[in-house]
Amino acid sequence: MNRVLRERLISIINRIPLHVAVIGLCLIWILPTLGLLITSFRPQQAVNETGWWEVVKSQEPTSTAYQTYCTDCHGANLSAVPSIDLGASDVVSGFTNTRRLAVTFNREYNGAVHIPEDQRPDDESLREILDYLRIESGAIKMPPRFTVNNYKDVMVGYDARGGTYDQACEEEGPTPTRSCDFWEDATRSDAIFKGVLNSFAVSIPSTILPILLAGFAAYAFAWLDFRGRKVMFALLVGLQIVPLQMTLVPVFRLYADLGLNGSFLGVWLFHTGFGLPYAIYLMRNFIAGLPREIVESAYLDGAGHWRVFRVIIMPLALPAIAALSIFQFMWVWNDLLVALIFLGNKAPVLTYQLSQLMDSLGGGWHRMTAAAFISMAIPLAVFLLFQRYFVRGLLSGSVKG
Amino acid sequence: MASVSYRNVWKRWGDVVAVHDLNIDIPDGEFLVFVGPSGCGKSTSLRMLAGLEEISDGEILIGDRVVNNVAPKDRDIAMVFQSYALYPHMTVYDNMAFGLRLRRTPKQVIDERVRETAASLGIEQLLDRRPRQLSGGQRQRVAVGRAIVREPAVFLLDEPLSNLDAKLRVEARTFISKLHQRLGTTFIYVTHDQVEAMTMGQRIAVLNAGKLMQIDTPTNLYDHPGNVFVAGFIGSPSMNFFDNSTLFEEGGKMIVDTGYFRVEVQKERHELYRPHLGKKVVFGIRPDNIAHSQFVPPGIIPAPVEANVDVVEEMGHEKILYLEEGGKTFLARVDPRSDVRVGQRTQVIFNMAVMHLFDAETEQALQ
Repeated sequence: MNRVLRERLISIINRIPLHVAVIGLCLIWILPTLGLLITSFRPQQAVNETGWWEVVKSQEPTSTAYQTYCTDCHGANLSAVPSIDLGASDVVSGFTNTRRLAVTFNREYNGAVHIPEDQRPDDESLREILDYLRIESGAIKMPPRFTVNNYKDVMVGYDARGGTYDQACEEEGPTPTRSCDFWEDATRSDAIFKGVLNSFAVSIPSTILPILLAGFAAYAFAWLDFRGRKVMFALLVGLQIVPLQMTLVPVFRLYADLGLNGSFLGVWLFHTGFGLPYAIYLMRNFIAGLPREIVESAYLDGAGHWRVFRVIIMPLALPAIAALSIFQFMWVWNDLLVALIFLGNKAPVLTYQLSQLMDSLGGGWHRMTAAAFISMAIPLAVFLLFQRYFVRGLLSGSVKG
Repeated sequence: MASVSYRNVWKRWGDVVAVHDLNIDIPDGEFLVFVGPSGCGKSTSLRMLAGLEEISDGEILIGDRVVNNVAPKDRDIAMVFQSYALYPHMTVYDNMAFGLRLRRTPKQVIDERVRETAASLGIEQLLDRRPRQLSGGQRQRVAVGRAIVREPAVFLLDEPLSNLDAKLRVEARTFISKLHQRLGTTFIYVTHDQVEAMTMGQRIAVLNAGKLMQIDTPTNLYDHPGNVFVAGFIGSPSMNFFDNSTLFEEGGKMIVDTGYFRVEVQKERHELYRPHLGKKVVFGIRPDNIAHSQFVPPGIIPAPVEANVDVVEEMGHEKILYLEEGGKTFLARVDPRSDVRVGQRTQVIFNMAVMHLFDAETEQALQ
């Protein structure tokens, strides 16, 4: 019994480095993400003043300083002195900063200094008192801890400093560049929401196309016997190392002749071309690893190549397809270079919008984080959607025991 | 239903010859077994018939149609693979219906045939399961079911039993034999196991190194092997060979001198063997035809031989003796009551009525 316990303990201790590493990795990933997420939901002022981790602190102004220094004269309800009613918002809004409030301490009331020098509150308490007065009198509204305004702003592409899209619409109403109808504004060309749509329009065909073509090619490389098969496959594998940047100029000139610049078709073809070598390589290796007898069985059952591909190969190659889909989708989704060159501002994609946001709002972290989070949430969703196809033992039961 | 013919069929992989000038005619409805050691070309021969391998030279006929350039799906054949090759993502029902659907069989007919076939194989309760939920024996039945449900003209089986455990294998053997009797279709069965070949085949084609060694009924293969390879391959334990034997005549008797002992050839064979007098021959006799002197079966032509007992294997219903004489070991299968001990010198009786002589050079039987 003792020995069993000791062995257990030893195995737990042995695994500590592993656990530490795993937890460390999780933290490295989760902490920045969490920071991004929280920041994206905080109002601008809060983002500028405090770090995202302070969101857990209470923001209610405390009344302790007021009670210490002011309750005696002004009363607990702030209105004990009618001539200077601290409960009235127009009175308090005169104190635009702590200095304005401090000045009143020198004045004389009823023949005595308002507050003698030695009894005055320090700066910290003064700040507390002012915050308390402002909120209690209704001079300013308590800012909300969380807001979706950042998301709303970036979705419609509202980028004025200070204020939000909702405020602007409320106060100024529609302008030539702003209809104040959310969905109408969100689909304008400089809105992030439109960028998301454009990114989808680029990514989905750019993912499906190469994988489909790679499937055909992989089937041929794996199961068909034709001249030059090995040479062609070696060539394809070699193509993987061609740097994308090298081809930008020739392809751009080709597209200019064909009129494909600034069109989705051009970007689809470009991504397909660069996705294919790796996709074919991976798919061929996977498909060639499927038991030969299953395919032969299907031929004997009367299936032609097309049907074998569709009914036997594709369903069995699902894990490879899922893996490829995730890779290709993420690569295309996060791509800026290709989209910038072949689409530019004609159909700005999300990454392009993000880079623009960086330029126009150097300090606009509240909106930057919201836009960034939108752009990372989608690949994450794609990953979670496809990861269930990473199933082991898909083939079990087909051959042998 | 159809006959099958191999006419001068060759299969080459570059310089390697896998199948060497194969000629076989398989009449309609026959159960033919290809048997041979691994790499002898038996699977390749079957796969060429199925259309899964190109035929390098020669012709293969199904019925009276040359199928060299006919796609596998148009040859009207079905095959059971060693690994079963079930479609893992389909249910048993879909596995069986797959071929019928591709042939545009009406839905109702498919359903009828699948259920009928499943019932005849005892797998009707498995129709909704997937291959991974089946045991080895069940998978094997599904594979057979998938093949027969299409009612092919020729039915090919490529070592279908080698993934089963010993007990299931015996059951499956009778199951396939019965299936053949019931369907009456041409069956071509590939195996490396001579027991499977002997028990199931109506005729057996023994292949070695890409060449057809002999094709005949099981009994004829056993009783009259055409060459040393077949003689050694068929039968277990395999035949004893004495390579450096000579044949000579002495005082009206014909004697085989193995170099370890001498035995006399029966009178009836004198005429047959006379042309080979004085030549090197291979003398062969099966362990089954060597008895212990204490229990000599009736009606044999006895020839006594003395030898040392090296090993005794007690099988219960028999004893296998490993006998040694002058450095040469040979086996005898004797009555279990025989009183033999290891290290003893004992007398065994050869039944010369069923001995074999082969030409030492060509390894062909002297006939």
